[in-house]
Amino acid sequence: MKQIKVLGRGCANCRNTIQLIQEVATAHGEAIELEKVEDIQAIARHGVMSTPGVVIDGTVVHAGGMPSRDKVEGWFAGA
Amino acid sequence: MTALAHRWTREHPQLLLILGAALWLALYRTLIPASEALVALLPVARDSHLGSALQFFFYDTPKVLLLLTGIVFVMGMVNSYFTPERTRALLAGRAAGVANVMAASLGVVTPFCSCSAVPLFIGFVQAGVPLGVTFSFLIAAPMVNEVALTLLLALFGWKIALLYLSLGLTIAIVAGWIIGRLRLEAYLEDWVRELPPAQVLSDDGTVHLQDRIEAGINNVRDVVGRVWPYIVAGIAIGAAIHGYVPQDFMASIMGADRWWSVPLAVLMGIPMYTNAAGVIPIVQALLAKGAALGTALAFMMSVIALSLPEMVILRKVLKPRLIATFIAVVASGILVVGYVFNAVL
Repeated sequence: MKQIKVLGRGCANCRNTIQLIQEVATAHGEAIELEKVEDIQAIARHGVMSTPGVVIDGTVVHAGGMPSRDKVEGWFAGA
Repeated sequence: MTALAHRWTREHPQLLLILGAALWLALYRTLIPASEALVALLPVARDSHLGSALQFFFYDTPKVLLLLTGIVFVMGMVNSYFTPERTRALLAGRAAGVANVMAASLGVVTPFCSCSAVPLFIGFVQAGVPLGVTFSFLIAAPMVNEVALTLLLALFGWKIALLYLSLGLTIAIVAGWIIGRLRLEAYLEDWVRELPPAQVLSDDGTVHLQDRIEAGINNVRDVVGRVWPYIVAGIAIGAAIHGYVPQDFMASIMGADRWWSVPLAVLMGIPMYTNAAGVIPIVQALLAKGAALGTALAFMMSVIALSLPEMVILRKVLKPRLIATFIAVVASGILVVGYVFNAVL
């Protein structure tokens, strides 16, 4: 099971990102553990400079703005 | 439809750009006469209070929104050349002075949203960008943004827009330089100073033209989608002022001969958080009623550059003394701008 964290302080883009990831994961029939990280210190430790950022299993895969649907599909493709 | 547009962007990016520009220009050419015709059709006398308010509203709203869409799209494409990571790599390890100028200029073209001001701040400091240089960036980024510049261009003309751009950059450069000279690194919150230094990577992934076009479209959806209600509300209030507030009414409160009007305008601006989009149309209307340009500029800059909510977020990384210094230095800069303009113009 993938552990996915969305880093961001509750702006519209962060909420949309979470929704998009959930949608795509459901479409691929994959169970994920989705966590929303709003704490500034935690975000800083991941080295993300522009939110929303996306971390999958400890690796930063996206930062800055909402990821495109294609990009999110890509995270689930090989599984 | 979207699928078709998507394929088009992939296969003929240049053609799409040219078509889009032509369509935009055609719209711009027809919208202005159309809005005039619309007001002429309304059963109100043009020189009545309501008539002049409606004319202002119907004339300016389409003009501003169309200009905004065009400029925000282009900025979205420009932004894709300046990711925060690349900007950081350009600034890391540079000495103050030139770096302050670079940081302020990069602040204009690097995508920036106040909700990621803090992660960005930390990212810069962690990578060894000097504190003063980081502040130059952090002051310029929100103050000199495309939305503010577009509204100034549409409502005040290019001279005032250019003036605002150069003054905003000057304040950011000088204020950042002063903060750097004061050596306030000790007033960063302890946890920020204890973070491990970040390695500076600049990603050199190739970005195609179609990706930049998509970035432009996304920027329009994001920015225009967020600010249009503020713009419409701002223009509506501005229209009411245009139609109903007597001529020269503002001269007694915001006129150039009232020395206290500039500091008052700056103070009033700090707790206000109606981004540039809402405040500029109102300021334009006040100006028409006799407010002085310096006072109006000071008010605008204060609203945009010094906002209370942003201070609350910054408090997580800065100790109170550094925040106080930041506010004091920027506010002084804005005061100087206000006074100089009232004196010169």
